[in-house]
Amino acid sequence: MAAVGRSHATRWGVVNVVVVLYALFPVWWIVALSFKAPSTLTDGSYIPTDWTWENYRGIFQTSEFTRALINSIGIALIATLIAVVLGTMAAYAVARLRFPGKQVLIGMSLLIAMFPPISLVSPLFNIERSIGIFDTWPGLIIPYMTFSLPLAIYTLSAFFREIPWDLEKAAKVDGATPAQAFRMVIVPLAAPGVFTTAILVFIFCWNDFLFAISLTSTESARTVPAAIAFFTGSSQFQQPTGSIAAAAVVITIPIIIFVLLFQRRIVAGLTSGAVKG
Amino acid sequence: MAEIVLEGVTKRYPDGSLAVRDVNLDIADGEFVILVGPSGCGKSTTLNMIAGLEDITEGTLRIDGQVVNDLAPKERDIAMVFQSYALYPHMSVRENMGFPLRLAKVDKATVDRKVEEAARVLDLVEFLDRKPSNLSGGQRQRVAMGRAIVRDPKAFLMDEPLSNLDAKLRVQMRTQISRIQRRLGTTTVYVTHDQTEAMTLGDRVVVMRQGLVQQVGTPAELYDMPRNLFVAGFIGSPSMNFVQASLTPDTLHTPLGDLPLDDRMRRELERRDAPREVIVGLRPEAFEDASLARDTGGPAVTVTVDVLESLGSDAYVYFTAEGGPVSTAELDELATDSGLADTGAGGDQQIVARLDAATHAREGQPIELRVDLSKAHVFDPKNGANLTHPEN
Repeated sequence: MAAVGRSHATRWGVVNVVVVLYALFPVWWIVALSFKAPSTLTDGSYIPTDWTWENYRGIFQTSEFTRALINSIGIALIATLIAVVLGTMAAYAVARLRFPGKQVLIGMSLLIAMFPPISLVSPLFNIERSIGIFDTWPGLIIPYMTFSLPLAIYTLSAFFREIPWDLEKAAKVDGATPAQAFRMVIVPLAAPGVFTTAILVFIFCWNDFLFAISLTSTESARTVPAAIAFFTGSSQFQQPTGSIAAAAVVITIPIIIFVLLFQRRIVAGLTSGAVKG
Repeated sequence: MAEIVLEGVTKRYPDGSLAVRDVNLDIADGEFVILVGPSGCGKSTTLNMIAGLEDITEGTLRIDGQVVNDLAPKERDIAMVFQSYALYPHMSVRENMGFPLRLAKVDKATVDRKVEEAARVLDLVEFLDRKPSNLSGGQRQRVAMGRAIVRDPKAFLMDEPLSNLDAKLRVQMRTQISRIQRRLGTTTVYVTHDQTEAMTLGDRVVVMRQGLVQQVGTPAELYDMPRNLFVAGFIGSPSMNFVQASLTPDTLHTPLGDLPLDDRMRRELERRDAPREVIVGLRPEAFEDASLARDTGGPAVTVTVDVLESLGSDAYVYFTAEGGPVSTAELDELATDSGLADTGAGGDQQIVARLDAATHAREGQPIELRVDLSKAHVFDPKNGANLTHPEN
C-alpha cells in the first residue's frame, strides 16, 4: 500500500512540477530580461550574467512610466469601486426581488459582455471625442465599469442567492429598515463575494490594453500597458527591451500581492454555489 | 403584550391564487394560539401577514387595537422565530440576541443586562461568545428564542420552530416553549403542521385547509367535537377511523356491524335531515375489549385481529372493515399529506382500536369489541360536515 501511495505521490509531484515550470517560464524570462544590462540583452542566456537595477532605475526616472502607473492605479481603483458598489446593488435586486423586466435586464448585461470590445472601440472613440472625455480618466473608467459590471452582477448574485432569505426577514422583524438589513446582515455575509468580484474587476481594468491604447492620446490618462508600447530606447538605435521587461515586472507585482493575500477568498468565491456548504 | 385581531384577512397572489381566505380570529392578550394544517394550507402566509412580511390583500389586522395593515414589521413590535432559526452567522450568540435591542437604540448596559438575563433563562450563558455555526441544533433553536424574548415584544410569532430538531429534543423544547410563554404571558401565534404540537401547546388551535379556517377551538373541543371530516381526520394520533354506513331511522348499518343510534345522535341527525349514505367516525378509544368492559350495555361488534401492537400502557388492535376505503376530498388530502397514500394501503378500510393492555386479543383470532357510541361522529360524505356536532 505504502509503495503504491509513494509512487502515486511521485507521479503527481512530477506532473505538478512540469505544469508549474510551463506556467512560470515566461514570467522568469521577463524577470531575467529586466535585470540584464543592455549589452547582454541578446546573449540568449536565461540567467543574467551581470545583475543590474539599471532598467528599473531607468523607467522610474521618466514621467512616462510613473505618470502611467498613477493613471493605472487611479483608474483601476475607481472603476473597481464603482463597479462593485453598483454591481452589489444590482445583483441584490436580481437575486432577491421579482420585478418586471428582470429577465431583460439580465439578458442585457449578458449582451454587454458578449460583444467583443474591439467591435466597440471605434464608436467609443468617436463618442468620447464628441462629448469631450477622450483621453481623460472618466474616458477609461466608464468603459471599464461598463464591461466589468456584467461580471460583477453575475458573481455577486450567485453569492446573494446563497444567503437564506429568512435572515432578511428576521432582520426586518428585529426592527431593521431594508437599508439596515442590507448593510448589517447581507453585505457582511456577502463580503467574500464582494472581495472576489473586486479583485476580478481590478485585474480586468489593470490588464486592459485595447481601451487604454485606443481611448488615450497623451500621458494624462494613458495606463501602463498602453504606455509600455510607447517606450523608446535612450537612443534611436537602442531597443527598449530592458525597460519594457522592467515595467512589465513592476505592474505584475500588485496583482501577485492581491492574489496571494486574498487567495483563499477567491477560491472560496469562485467555487461557491458548486457545493452546498 | 397585546391582542391580535384578524378581520376578513385574505391573501391573493398576483397570479390570482388565493392563499388565505377570509380569516377571522380574535387572539386574546397572553393567549397561545396554534395555526395548524397540512402544507400549503395558508398557515405560514397568515403568520407572515401578522408579522408584516407579506401584504394583506383584503381585511384588517389589529394589534393592540391599532390597525397595522400598512405598517412595516419594525413598527409592529413583534418578534418572530423561524423554522431555519435565521441566526446571523457573522454575529456571536450575544450579538445575535442583542441585535433587535441595538437596532432600537437601547443603551449598551441595558442590552448586556437583558441578553444575560435571557441567556440565563435559556441556559445559554456559556455559549454567549460562540458563533451559531459552533452550536448544536437545540442550542441554535434556543438562541432564536432568546432573540425573540430579549425585547419584550407585543407578540411572539413562531413558524415551525421545532421541526428541524430530532424527535426527543422536540418534545423537550416543546415543554420549554410552553413554560417560557406561560412565564412571560406574551401573546403567541405558533405555526406547525404537527397536530401533536398543536394539541399539547395551544390554548386554542386553528385548523386550516386550503386557505380556509376549518375550526377554532381548544384542543379538547377539536378532539371531541370536530366540525368536519377534515378536522376529525387531522387531529388525533392514531387518527380517527372512518367507515361507510347507511342510515335508517334507528340504526347505522356499517361494515363492522349494525350500530343502534343513541338519543343524542338520533336528535341531531333528525334535526338536520341527514342523507342515507353517511360516514361514521370512531376514535381508536371508542372501542373496548368486551371481556374487560365494566358495563355490558351498548352495541358490540366481532372482528378478526389483523395486527396487535402492545405498547405496555395500551394495546393497538388493527383490523379491517369490508367495503373498501372511505374516500372523500378531505380524507384524500390528509392521506397525501401524511404520506399514507404512498404506503399502498389500498383494499379494505383499516381500523385501529386502542384497548386496555390487559386485552386477550391475539393476532388472527376473533375478538368482541364494545363500541362507545357517545364518542361516534356521523359525517355527510358530500361536504364533510359533522352531522352530530351540536352547533353545525
